[in-house]
Amino acid sequence: MRPPLAGTRTRSGACRRALDVRPTQRIADHRLRTWPSVRLLPRLPAPARAGERRCTACGSPRVLRHAELGALTIAHVDCDAFFAAIEKRDDPSLRDRPVIVGGGRRGVVSTCCYIARIRGVRSAMPMFKALEACPDAVVIKPNGTKYAEVGRQIREMMLALTPLVEPLSIDEAFLDLAGTERLHRASAAEVLARFARRVEAEVGITVSVGLSYNKFLAKIASDLDKPRGFAVIGRAEAPTFLARQPVSLIWGVGKASQEKLAGDGIRLIGQLQEMDAVTLARRYGAMGLRLAKLAHGEDARRVSTAGKRKSVSAETTFDEDLATLADLRPIARRLAEKVSAQLKSHGIGGQTVTLKLKTRDFRIRTRSRRLHDPTQLADRLFQTIDALLAPETDGTRYRLIGVGMSDLVEAKEADPGDLADPGAARRAAAEKAMDAVRQKFGKAAVETGLVFGSRKPDRPPRG
Amino acid sequence: MRVTLERTHLLKSLTHVHRVVERRNTIPILSNVLLRASGGDLQLKATDLDIDALETVAAVVEAPGATTVPAHMFYDIVRKLPDGAQVSLETTADGSALTIVSGRSRFSLQMLPETDFPDISAGELSHRFKMPAKDLRKLIDRTQFAISTEEIRYYLNGIYFHTVDTAEGPKFRAVATDGHRLAQTDIAAPEGSKGMPGIIVPRKTVGEIQKLLEEPEEEVLVELSDAKIRLSVGAVVLTSKLIDGTFPDYGRVIPQGNDKELRVEKADFAEAVDRVSTISSERGRAVKLTLTEGKMVLTVVNPDSGSATEEVHVDYDSDPLDIGFNARYLLDITSQLGSDMAIFRLADPGSPTLIQDAGDTDTLYVLMPMRV
Repeated sequence: MRPPLAGTRTRSGACRRALDVRPTQRIADHRLRTWPSVRLLPRLPAPARAGERRCTACGSPRVLRHAELGALTIAHVDCDAFFAAIEKRDDPSLRDRPVIVGGGRRGVVSTCCYIARIRGVRSAMPMFKALEACPDAVVIKPNGTKYAEVGRQIREMMLALTPLVEPLSIDEAFLDLAGTERLHRASAAEVLARFARRVEAEVGITVSVGLSYNKFLAKIASDLDKPRGFAVIGRAEAPTFLARQPVSLIWGVGKASQEKLAGDGIRLIGQLQEMDAVTLARRYGAMGLRLAKLAHGEDARRVSTAGKRKSVSAETTFDEDLATLADLRPIARRLAEKVSAQLKSHGIGGQTVTLKLKTRDFRIRTRSRRLHDPTQLADRLFQTIDALLAPETDGTRYRLIGVGMSDLVEAKEADPGDLADPGAARRAAAEKAMDAVRQKFGKAAVETGLVFGSRKPDRPPRG
Repeated sequence: MRVTLERTHLLKSLTHVHRVVERRNTIPILSNVLLRASGGDLQLKATDLDIDALETVAAVVEAPGATTVPAHMFYDIVRKLPDGAQVSLETTADGSALTIVSGRSRFSLQMLPETDFPDISAGELSHRFKMPAKDLRKLIDRTQFAISTEEIRYYLNGIYFHTVDTAEGPKFRAVATDGHRLAQTDIAAPEGSKGMPGIIVPRKTVGEIQKLLEEPEEEVLVELSDAKIRLSVGAVVLTSKLIDGTFPDYGRVIPQGNDKELRVEKADFAEAVDRVSTISSERGRAVKLTLTEGKMVLTVVNPDSGSATEEVHVDYDSDPLDIGFNARYLLDITSQLGSDMAIFRLADPGSPTLIQDAGDTDTLYVLMPMRV
C-alpha cells in the first residue's frame, strides 16, 4: 500500500539538465546529477499542486517534496535485490531476464531480481517452487565473496557521509546525518539523493532510501518505494500513516505477538494508538510499552556503530539428501574451515559451537556445545561438530547442514594453551601453516585428508 | 521385617548413604534406600547406578527381611526425630508400607519391592591394598579442585590414580586437570598397589569418598579393577564405576626447564590477588604479574569499571617478566599450599608455570598463563 506521503514523484529518467539554483528554494544541485531532484518547500502543504509535478529547475518528473524534508536526518538505506543486482551488473545479458540467486537445484532462493518477483518468486522460497513459478529464470549460485566486496564498497561510501553508520546486514544500514549539513553544504535529503545517484553510477546497483526522524520509521520508509525509491515519513504525518498499517509492521511483532494482539482484536496500529501506555504495559509487559511508543512513531534508539556481531556461521543444502557420517563429515569439515576463516579474518574467537541439520521433511535440529575455551581454529571447531554430528547420523536423511559459532570474544582470549591436550599447540601451528599456504596459493592448495578430492574446483568468475 | 535401633546410629549411616541418591530420578527405585535386616545388623544401601554405598549398623532384629523406601524422605524423618530416641521399623503385613515409630511419632512410608533394587557392586576386583585415610584424603584434597566439568573431554571429569616409579621409589599418584591448571600429588605406593591399572575416579565418587574419610587414622581398604573401585572405611562400603577413558599424557605438559624462580609469602600473595581481582569482570579474570628484582606488581584492568594494582615483596632475581594468570586459579592453588612459602618456576608469558609448596615436594601444580 502506498502511504499518504506529502509530495509526489514518479519513476522515470533522472534529471539531466544543469540549471541555476534559486536561492530561496535551494533546489538540488543538478550539476551533480543528483537523483531524485530534491526540493525544499517549507510551507507547501501536501499534496503538491498540479503544474508543480516537475522539477522547476530541470523539468524532471522525479521530484520529492515534503514539508519536513530539510529537518529529517535518520535514514535507512537498503540495496535493491542486492545479489541479483550485482549479477546483472556483471553480466549485462541478464538485464532483462529473471535472475534468481540461490543454492543449486535443492537450495532456496537467496535473492531474486524484480522481474522474477513479478512472477511470484520470493526470497527464502525453495528453488523447485521458484522454478515452477518462473521456469525461464537464470539461477546463479551465490558468490559471497563478491557480494561482501560490493557491500564493503557501499559501506565505505556511507562512511564518507557520516561516521554514524549502523550496518544491519551486508546490504542495508542506518545512517544518522544529523549535524552534517554544514559539512556537506546540503540537507540530509540532498546528501542521500546524491549518495543514491553515486552508488548507481559507481557501483552499478540501485538502492532505496527511507528518510525519517527515527530508525523505526526510516526502515519502514525505505520499503515503501522500493526499488530505486526515496520515501520520507515526517513527524506530521507519521501517526496518521501508522494508524492504517497492520501491527506486524512494528519491529519485534512477529507471528506470536501478532496472534496475541489479534486475539484481543488488535490488528491495526491505529488501535494501539487509542490505548494508553499503562493498559498496554499491563497487558503485554515490556512489549506493551514498546508498542505504545512505536505506535505513535516514537523510537528513541540511536544509530550506533557499536552493534556487535553475535555469531558466525555457514551452511549448505545438498543436491541429494545425505544420511551417513562418511558423507556428512567432509562437508562439516569444510564448513568449519569456512567459519574459522571468518573468525580469523575478523580477529575474534567463539566459545559455543552449534550444529544445524535440516531433515528431509524440513525439520530443523540444532545441537550446541560450549567449549571450555574460546577458539578460532577449524580443527577444534570441527572436533566438536564431529562429536555433535555422530549421534545424529541415526539413519535420518538430511538436506542441509550448518556450522555456527557464538559467544564471541577477542582473538587474544581464544585458544589459550591446553594442559590436557599436549598436541593442541602443534595442531594450531599446522593450521596456521595451512592458512598461510592457502593465502598464497588458493583455498584448494592444501587440504586435510578428509576433504581432499571432495572440494569442487573454484568457480571461474562470471562475466 | 521388624527392627529397632538407636536414632543416632541410623542417622549417621543414612547420612552416608542417602547422599548418593539423586534428588531427581526418572527411575523410581533409584530414589529409594534399601533396608535389609538380618542377624544383628541393619544394612542400608543406595545407588545412582554409578555409585553404590552400603553401610551396616547394629540393630535389634526381631524379624529379618528387606524393603526399600524413599531415601531423602526417610533421612528427613530420622533427622527430625529427637536425639537419643529409639526407632523401630516395621513392614506392614500386606507389604505396602514401612511403619516408623519413635516415641509418640509414627510415620508410614510407601515401599517398593527389594527385588527391584539394582545391584552394581558385583564383579571381580583385581587389586587390593590398604592405605591410611589421611593419605587418601591428601591425594583428593590437593587435586580435586582441578577436575574438569567439561562434557566433551569426559575423561577429565575425575582424578587419575596410578602408580609411578620415581627416583625415591614407587609412588601412588593422583592427577587432575581441566586444561587450564593441573594438580599432581604423590604418596609412597601402598603395598599391593604395584601393577594396578591407571584409573579415573569420577568427580561425584571423589566427593563421596572425601566425606567418608572423617577419621585420619582409620585404614581404608581399596579394591579395584580397570572398571570399578570399592573402598571400605569402617562400616561403609562404597563401590563406584570408573570413567572409561584414557587420561592424557600429562607428563608432557609439566615444565622441566623453567629457570626463573620466584618465592613469595603465600598469605601476602593470596590476599593481594584477592584484593586486586575485586575489579575484574566475570569474563576476564586475568591478573597481570609484573616481576622485577625483589618485587611483584599485580595489576587488574577492567575496561568497564577501572583498575587496581598492588605491590608485593618477593624473592626474585631473574630477568623482568610480565605474565598473566586467572585470579581464581591462583587462589585455588594457594589455598592448597600447606606451608607459608609458594615457589613459582616460570619460563615466559606464554608457557606453563610450575607452582610448588616449599614444604611439600610431593605436590606440584601447573598453571597455564593468560594473555594480558
